[in-house]
Amino acid sequence: MNALEVTVARKSYHADQREIVALSSLDFAVPEGQFACIIGPSGCGKTTLLSLIAGLDRGFDGTIRRQGANDRLGVVFQAPRLMPWLSVRDNVRLALPADDDGQRADALLNDMQLGPYLDAFPNRLSGGQQRRVALARAFVSDPALLLLDEPFQSLDAPTAQHLRDLLLALWARHRPTVLFVTHDLREALSLGDRVLFLSTGPARIVLDLPLDLPRPRSPDGPQVEALRKRLLESYPDLLRGLGTGANQESAA
Amino acid sequence: MPSLRYSDTWLRGLSVVTFLVIWQAASGLAASPLLPGPATVAAALVKLAVHGRLLTDVGITLWRVAASFTLAMAAGSVIGVLMGSSRSADRLFDFWLVLGLNIPALVIIFLCYLWVGLTETAAILAVALNKVATCAVILREGARSVDRELLQVADVLRLSRWRRMTRVYLPQLYPYLMAASRAGLSLIWKIVLVVELIGRSNGVGFQLGVYFQFFDITSILAYTASFVLVVVIVEGWVIRPLELRVTRWRR
Repeated sequence: MNALEVTVARKSYHADQREIVALSSLDFAVPEGQFACIIGPSGCGKTTLLSLIAGLDRGFDGTIRRQGANDRLGVVFQAPRLMPWLSVRDNVRLALPADDDGQRADALLNDMQLGPYLDAFPNRLSGGQQRRVALARAFVSDPALLLLDEPFQSLDAPTAQHLRDLLLALWARHRPTVLFVTHDLREALSLGDRVLFLSTGPARIVLDLPLDLPRPRSPDGPQVEALRKRLLESYPDLLRGLGTGANQESAA
Repeated sequence: MPSLRYSDTWLRGLSVVTFLVIWQAASGLAASPLLPGPATVAAALVKLAVHGRLLTDVGITLWRVAASFTLAMAAGSVIGVLMGSSRSADRLFDFWLVLGLNIPALVIIFLCYLWVGLTETAAILAVALNKVATCAVILREGARSVDRELLQVADVLRLSRWRRMTRVYLPQLYPYLMAASRAGLSLIWKIVLVVELIGRSNGVGFQLGVYFQFFDITSILAYTASFVLVVVIVEGWVIRPLELRVTRWRR
């Protein structure tokens, strides 16, 4: 069963009195439990797409169906977006119903090595720790669908890798359907069951690539590197987002 | 209180003592009934408190301050937040705001007394009206600076209206509410006395007017001192602890 079905005929917005088309003819579905990555050049409309799926923006032509996920949606934004005036614990509890005793939040935070920081305010935490709290906030409500928008950007490589491993461990345990947006091909190839390649705006899918590499994969490991090389050789325009030819090849 | 560190308290104390010493020295040099020293004023203060009506007057004035402060903060906050979050509300009220900010306090006081009558309601209304615009301007800034990205988090988490308000929206306005309270209180302390002088027969302002007519400088200063005392207490026991509490996460 598909956890998510996206059909966006057209999404545009106005900037400086000009109409800019961000997305057009974008169709895809994600089966339940799949870890799907979306990759595309900066500014191609990835964040716009996620805000449509999250229901933050309803002004578009098309439909988005989230099966059973309406009440159980987790989102991790590019910035951690924690409430600076709430402690780590209260930030995570915000995702639970008001009458929840919060034990689940504490347990999850302890699991994620954030136990010593339960009562700390976010500004006391490092960038990596803040992202961990944001991950905890997304996972604590046990979401059916999890959307992540370049969540590990601007972190140093070891911290980002640690968080990727943590994300995969949480995914393996909770099994949400994941849509992970990135512009880093190595990251996408090391995480996903499937990678959707978007073109430059207005974004369309230029390649839909299933991945069956065994996990764990390292983004710098030989498997990922070999696949990356092969992809860039077969579809040289892929990451420049000009993949008109690539679209036909994948369809063929 | 962890905030009142030892050296802080000490420095604040030193500043008060220095002021009193300068005052005493000046009155000694002047040696004139126009400038009584702090000891004379303190004695008058005690006498007026025990035998006079100082406590009643201060109580009445405080009540007027509290009532008009509450009224002005409530109205000003609502108007300000409305103007900060809606462009059309901003256009609609902007002229009123400019008017409210610039009409002289005395005009508002006269108009209130003339239109409503020489009543308690008119007095409180006059004080409150003088402050609404200032409060609205500050809260408008606050509402404009509200972080949309954090509100999106509230949307994604499907927070109830109440939790969204108390956990996500209002905390962003607290610094502005504090600033508005501070600015508002200092304005109200000043205006309430004028309002009492013009149209009331009790309260600190009225009594100061009486002593003014008798050239009773010692009593004027005693009333002033009692008023300053109240302001210091409100600042130290209400405003500052509240401010420390709402900005706790910044430290």
